[in-house]
Amino acid sequence: MVAVVQDTHASAGARIDIQSVSHAFGDGDAQLPVLDSVNLQVTPGEFVALLGPSGCGKSTLLRLVAGLETPLSGQIRQDDVPIDRPDPSRIVVFQDPTLYPWRRVRDNVALGLQARGLLRREGHRVDAALRRVGLEGFAQAFPHQLSGGMAQRVALARALVNDPRLLVLDEPLGKLDSLTRLAMQSDLVDLWQRAGFSALLVTHDVEEALFLAQRVIVFSQRPARITAEIKVDLPYPRHRGDPRLTELRHEALRHLGLDASW
Amino acid sequence: MTTSQQTIDTPLLRDAPSEVRRVPGSAWPIGIVAAMAWAAFGAITWRWPNKVAGFTDWAYTEELGIAVLVVAGALLAVALFGGYVPALQRFRESLRKAGPWLIALPVILAAWEILTAKTASLPTPFFAPPQALIEVYVDDWRRLGDSVLNTVKLLGLGVAYGGVVGFLIGVSIGWSRRIGYWVHPVLRVLGPLPSTALLPLTFYFFPSSYSAAVFLIALATAFPVAVLTWSGVAGVNKSYYDVARTMGASEWFLVLRVAIPAALPQVFVGLFMGLGASFSVLVTAEMMGVKSGLGWYLTWAQGWASYVNMYAALIVMALLFSGVITLLFTVRDRALSWQKGTVKW
Repeated sequence: MVAVVQDTHASAGARIDIQSVSHAFGDGDAQLPVLDSVNLQVTPGEFVALLGPSGCGKSTLLRLVAGLETPLSGQIRQDDVPIDRPDPSRIVVFQDPTLYPWRRVRDNVALGLQARGLLRREGHRVDAALRRVGLEGFAQAFPHQLSGGMAQRVALARALVNDPRLLVLDEPLGKLDSLTRLAMQSDLVDLWQRAGFSALLVTHDVEEALFLAQRVIVFSQRPARITAEIKVDLPYPRHRGDPRLTELRHEALRHLGLDASW
Repeated sequence: MTTSQQTIDTPLLRDAPSEVRRVPGSAWPIGIVAAMAWAAFGAITWRWPNKVAGFTDWAYTEELGIAVLVVAGALLAVALFGGYVPALQRFRESLRKAGPWLIALPVILAAWEILTAKTASLPTPFFAPPQALIEVYVDDWRRLGDSVLNTVKLLGLGVAYGGVVGFLIGVSIGWSRRIGYWVHPVLRVLGPLPSTALLPLTFYFFPSSYSAAVFLIALATAFPVAVLTWSGVAGVNKSYYDVARTMGASEWFLVLRVAIPAALPQVFVGLFMGLGASFSVLVTAEMMGVKSGLGWYLTWAQGWASYVNMYAALIVMALLFSGVITLLFTVRDRALSWQKGTVKW
């Protein structure tokens, strides 16, 4: 990392309460249940990973937390305020970078500030965010000129510029090559530790969940139900070769019903 | 973050152009051949006597021949010695791509000259030699220029109205389900109707044939623009909206800053198609009711069987419309410079 950049406008992480949330797609007889009374709490500044088979409904839970959809039953609260619409204090980073191809990198990062009319006053935050992900040299590039890893970094910068109190990560590293992925996992930990936001990560990579999160929530097949909770009691920075991580990995795989191959 | 920086490739550096330098001083063989071809065309025009069919000889025969010979001489000089003069060198490089065309053109023109003026194989008044066009441009430039101006004005008015209205309709039916419910069926039924079919009706309803023509051109432009804008807006990646919404974007922001820029490539395709349709309506309207413009010039020339004037006007029209579309593509390339490969004109 460059020098230690003091984060002056970092706000404390949000507390998230997910209370017996159930959700389904479609309506009437064709209803497809995706979430089955999920209860989960994220304490301020905590890094929680949601692990489960693909298509189980984890991403749906994230959309509900982000306020992009409302649950059929149950309630989600942020610091005791019910979540009923998207809010810039909760920023989502998707699996695809979803950068706007018509905007240069800098203007992509500036999106949130511009949307809230803060760009003129607080434009310097854009450059700070680009520096935080190490892409200040690419401010004038167009998204199609970036590699997958760089594009995802820009997406991270675009999220961080809003000083989110909760960062919602929907398999953000899922499409990257394995080397870039390992590097960005370390970067994510780094960003999280310095900014102090709460983080909710969806992944189906067991190692990634254990390397990043303080708590790993294991989900069942659809409709998703919480089947286990693994506390990762290791300090940061973590080491991939740590025998404790290997143990926890075995445990996680057992909860997922995949330990036959251990 | 420097650790991961190294694993990332930098595609920005990959686009560096690799240009092969030519030897600067050498002659340009294709250019020499082209100069010869132009010289042959000039000599044929100048020295081969015209076969006089009517009352008078073709004017400007000698002038055309001499002018072409001068061009041939200049071309030869550039081909032989252009490499030694830095200013000419750049000019020659830009000519190089047109090399084969520079040979084909005089061959075609010479054949045309021989078939018309020299042997009269193609009879007057339906066919005319190249110098006859020069005569028209020299004698009738005022009327032709006036027609061009009127055509441009009419086209500009119609396309501007049609483009704006089509764009607004496209955005609103792409964005609002309720507006789409009402406008979409109307668009589907009335849109494919050729504007020219409404010509008699509009001449009756509108106060002047000019305003009727503006309306029809606008109509012809608006339909493809509306349909393509609409499909552009409807086809915007839904997660673009999710991203903006989670960052606190208002509905207006989503329309102006997300939907419209994302739909812009489609809008330009619509404008391109709309222009094509508007040309045909424009010329028809000028031929039928509007008393000015290139379309009017065509019917006027036909009225007294001056086919030379028609050819002259057709060439001007082709250049004008081609120029308009080139302009559109230039604007598009500016506006969409963020795109990778785009359609070429």
